[in-house]
Amino acid sequence: MTDQPTFTLDGEEIPFAEGQTVLQAALTADVYIPHLCYHPEFKPHGSCKVCTIRADGRNAAACTLPARAGMAVESASDALNGLRKVLVQMLFAEGNHFCPACEASGDCQLQALGYDLQVTTAGFRHFYPVRPVDASHPELWLDFNRCILCELCVRASNEVDGKSVFGLSGRGAGKHLIVNALSGRLADTDIAVTDKAVEVCPVGVILKKRDGFAVPIGQRRFDRSPISAQAARDAPRAARGSKEDA
Amino acid sequence: MSTDSLTVAAAAALDAILERHGRRPEQLLQVLREIQEHAGHVPDAAQLRIARALGLPLSRVRGVIGFYAFLSPVPWGRYRVLFSDNITDRMQGNLELLDHLCRRLLLEPGRMSEDGLVSVDTTSCTGLCDQGPGLLVNGWAIPGISRERLDVIADLILEGRPVTAWPAELFAIADNVRRAGMLLDNDLRPGDALRAALARGDLSEVEQAANTRSWREANMAPPQGPVATLNEIRAANLRGRGGAGFTTAYKWESCRNAQGEQRYVVCNADEGEPGTFKDRVLLASHADLVFEGMTVCAYVVGAGRGFLYLRGEYRYLLEPLEAVLTRRRRDGLLGKDILGIPGFSFDIDIHLGAGAYVCGEESALIESLEGKRGIPRNRPPYPVTHGYLKHPTTVNNVETFCAAALIAARGGEWYRATGTAKSAGTKLMSVAGDCALPGIYEVPFGTTVAELLEMAGAEHTQAVQISGPSGTCIGVDEFQRRIAFEDLATAGAFTIFDDSRDMFEVARNYAHFFAHESCGFCTPCRVGTAILKATMDKIHEGRGAPCDLHEIAQLDDVLHQSAHCGLGHTACNPTLDTLKRFRPVYDRHLDHLDFEPAFDLDGALRRARQMTGRDDADAHLDGEPAP
Ligand code: SF4
Ligand code: SF4
Ligand code: FES
Repeated sequence: MTDQPTFTLDGEEIPFAEGQTVLQAALTADVYIPHLCYHPEFKPHGSCKVCTIRADGRNAAACTLPARAGMAVESASDALNGLRKVLVQMLFAEGNHFCPACEASGDCQLQALGYDLQVTTAGFRHFYPVRPVDASHPELWLDFNRCILCELCVRASNEVDGKSVFGLSGRGAGKHLIVNALSGRLADTDIAVTDKAVEVCPVGVILKKRDGFAVPIGQRRFDRSPISAQAARDAPRAARGSKEDA
Repeated sequence: MSTDSLTVAAAAALDAILERHGRRPEQLLQVLREIQEHAGHVPDAAQLRIARALGLPLSRVRGVIGFYAFLSPVPWGRYRVLFSDNITDRMQGNLELLDHLCRRLLLEPGRMSEDGLVSVDTTSCTGLCDQGPGLLVNGWAIPGISRERLDVIADLILEGRPVTAWPAELFAIADNVRRAGMLLDNDLRPGDALRAALARGDLSEVEQAANTRSWREANMAPPQGPVATLNEIRAANLRGRGGAGFTTAYKWESCRNAQGEQRYVVCNADEGEPGTFKDRVLLASHADLVFEGMTVCAYVVGAGRGFLYLRGEYRYLLEPLEAVLTRRRRDGLLGKDILGIPGFSFDIDIHLGAGAYVCGEESALIESLEGKRGIPRNRPPYPVTHGYLKHPTTVNNVETFCAAALIAARGGEWYRATGTAKSAGTKLMSVAGDCALPGIYEVPFGTTVAELLEMAGAEHTQAVQISGPSGTCIGVDEFQRRIAFEDLATAGAFTIFDDSRDMFEVARNYAHFFAHESCGFCTPCRVGTAILKATMDKIHEGRGAPCDLHEIAQLDDVLHQSAHCGLGHTACNPTLDTLKRFRPVYDRHLDHLDFEPAFDLDGALRRARQMTGRDDADAHLDGEPAP
């Protein structure tokens, strides 16, 4: 291999391959940049903006910004973590998040980021949107209350499952998740429990029935160690195409 | 009424529309818009048939319907009346007029009448600010709304007369050109600019229609026709008139040099910035100049196809514009071998938008052209290399194309002689609000705000909003500032407020606008604009406190730092501009010192009081009956 080009991230030299974004290169080098709508198996999307970094003096989403040799990137500063904190607070305020009673508690990336960024209150007035759940499917249910509109399920269903079960409609604060059925109900789609789309939701929207609390709260993924310690480890592995635990 | 199946006639109509659009998925938005116009909504059965015909998932079709304000999966009534709700419409009493019409039709705003006849609602600025208040009936624009005109409209609706049979006088829209310059006064005949561009360089075999030319050849080609014309555009120092002021020659050259088999030219006529209406006038009265500019651009960059993306609010311009295109084809100014030059082939299609301000952003506009939700793309790559269907694409504003045609005809030096050092030529200003002579003013760059106010006969002016809500609001002490890229860059809106106006309410109207038009893609804008709107409403209701102002400053910071596109970046500008310059107005609205909850405890009992029929002092928390 020839000498890889590098950029600096908070002063540390990060090598990258042609075509990699800043976030991809960082994760490959085991450096964590907080993120929500990015998942190493899917095309970057750039919508949550939690991964915002400062590159050569300008803010950008690390997950979509192509890495350039010699660029100086700042990520772990108080200013940027403060910004990320507000973005996470916004997501908490926008949906209905009942963390203590949520089935995804401890497995939820929004909650885990909230812990990492020291979110203790929503900071904004809650929107209290009315988002009825869809329990029509025999094996799955959708609790839209927690949807953060990251479109990971949309991407997974399109790109991996080849089904387009999920889509988005509306705009602005009215943007919402829809499913691919005339009735609008999950039961009338061709979703399967084994679909990638079911697995990928970073919060607790797409849930398996009769599976709740199989692992007790307190022993779940982010109960064991913070998201910052895990994402960096998981992501490059997934990017290389291996889904097994090493 | 069942929406599960289409009648034979409806299915045939739908199939004809699908056929006309070649059953191509990128035509989805055009197909939906035509069904909407034809049937008043897009029923479930039509959605299914469209999805199947275009090979798209139903969720994609529904997602697009849900994104655009002028599309609906459920009926809105045989008549859909939408009152323009820009701040100038407000100043002209649009809400009272809306009430008046609702009373005439025994209707609640936002709800269809029981018999499915009519619904009345508001919509974002329709671009009739100089002759407002404006409204749309089934998509057709009507200016100068008054009680008398509404009475006529109400009768026509109650009679059930089709909109196409309404008196033409209702739909007469004036140009109101108050001051013309090199652009509006041009004496070019169709084809003049093209002929001049062609004459500028000998078109030899080396310089073929550029679609077959590799980028390397393009770089090395001697300055013949296209390159010579590009050089004139460069010499003119033409900058984009959409507001950002990007150098046109650079954009064209990048597109010309980009690798690709097909190139496209797109004219951005999605004039949605509240307060702007100059493109409406250019398209209504100078369409040849617009199309000629597009064709010059196609000649320079080597494009074979072009699109005019026309905002849905300007639906009424579609047929006249189509007629101009047909004439130009007939005269050899469009189509195959233009003006007899072998290989110089270019044609233009018109695409209609369907009510989404964000589509004015060039990458969102391209998404919309491709029949998708209008979400701004991640950049890089840029449209000049990866635009329409990933092909190199030049997107320019209507006015930019007009200026380009002028330059092609008269030369760069001639053009540059007008304006300032960094801003060549003239600027069309859409002047509206508190003045005697609202309308279009073509002024050389460098004209001061004060001069323009004077021309428009504005008196007791307190503030001017330059370039619409995404621009700048300035007060009296800044009226000597100049309209130019060096100082006040502008897309053309110039909205005047005299000292009788409450600038807080101006900002609140704009906050509503941004919340309504945010595409919802990114967290900061989607949530931030909704919070801003709620906070402005809270202050409006007299429940604001200084901490709310801090919150707005924080929102602004977050949006500037992390929003995905310009809409989010600028959403707090009107509030902060007015807060900075008209602070006492805000203070008057804030009578609470520290914190005040948005929740009205006593108000929450209103419903209980209604149901029990009690409204005495004891039925109120603070012991006071409602006034
Ligand atoms: S359901 Fe889950 S994966 Fe899908 S958009 Fe919502 S939060 Fe993201
Ligand atoms: S800033 Fe607003 S309009 Fe722009 S992408 Fe984000 S949500 Fe959409
Ligand atoms: S992770 Fe980059 S924007 Fe969401």
